[in-house]
Amino acid sequence: MADPTNEEKARRQRNLLLAAALVGFAILFFVMTVVRLGGNVADRPL
Amino acid sequence: MSDIAIATASGIDARPPARALDYLLLLKPRVMSLVVFTGLVGMVMAPVAIHPVAAAAALLCIAVGAGASGALNMWFDADIDAVMDRTRDRPVPSGRVKAEDALATGIVLSGFSVAALGLFTNVLAAALLAATILFYAVVYTMLLKRATSQNIVIGGAAGAMPPVIGWAAVTGDVTLVPVVLFAIIFFWTPPHFWALALAKREEYARAGVPMLPVVAGIAPTIWQILAYTLILVPLGALPTVIGAAGLAYASVALGLGGLFVWRAVALMRVMDDSAARKREGLKLFAYSIVYLFALFATLLLERIVWSLSA
Repeated sequence: MADPTNEEKARRQRNLLLAAALVGFAILFFVMTVVRLGGNVADRPL
Repeated sequence: MSDIAIATASGIDARPPARALDYLLLLKPRVMSLVVFTGLVGMVMAPVAIHPVAAAAALLCIAVGAGASGALNMWFDADIDAVMDRTRDRPVPSGRVKAEDALATGIVLSGFSVAALGLFTNVLAAALLAATILFYAVVYTMLLKRATSQNIVIGGAAGAMPPVIGWAAVTGDVTLVPVVLFAIIFFWTPPHFWALALAKREEYARAGVPMLPVVAGIAPTIWQILAYTLILVPLGALPTVIGAAGLAYASVALGLGGLFVWRAVALMRVMDDSAARKREGLKLFAYSIVYLFALFATLLLERIVWSLSA
């Protein structure tokens, strides 16, 4: 297999950055949801 | 003819490939650090507290919003940046990031940061962040920067907003304390940028940016720097006057302010010497950054000491 060109390496780096940003954003929303819910989940009427 | 121009004329895209780092540079990380710090102080000064995770998330949103406006600025100002030595290696003028990619990055990050701040904290903080991004990108970058020598005076309002947004994220309102913090940064901005513009006057003139030293000349600019500095020094001590800080802070603020005035007066002494003026201009520019960091760090430290001793 041929070595990746500079352009391919750069594109791969950008894709990884975008993926990391999206995963980070999803984790942030999850954590913030837990923080905002706090103890209210345990206290809710069943 | 440059390599890029030759390659473009022959239909080959010779732009160096964009690295991930170039997209981070689009967000002006050094400006972001000041935004995060002053935003944090705005949060800490608030009389109530929010969950630390929510505070960290809010700061992240403010930082990303500031970065987004930086990307929009780089998209619009690529032609100016390409002419100036200080900015020609930025990702867009150097050709590493396409202008339309910078625009897309700015728009997407603006939307995400404002929406997330609204969801994580409150609508007021999100609205203030949105207004700040719009003010910086549209009012300052597109309307003022190339039109008037008062560009950074009015545009400075955007850079002064982070403590107000930080305070609003925690309290849901805006009172006198964040307005005073806003005023300190607002009056700090003109001497900060004009000191740089004095040193880089020829570059700004070549780029066609009507900075005060280019339009009004050296002496009026130095007088204006001194005038704004003399307003800034008492403003720096105002948090103590309104009861938001103590005497320790006021002493530090007045001491730092005295040094600021001393540096401004040093500029007046070398008004007619081009090389010395550039040197003193850069010294004042560097000191102005130290001044603002030190002033807000003292506010922060004093608040921490107060909360530990309470």
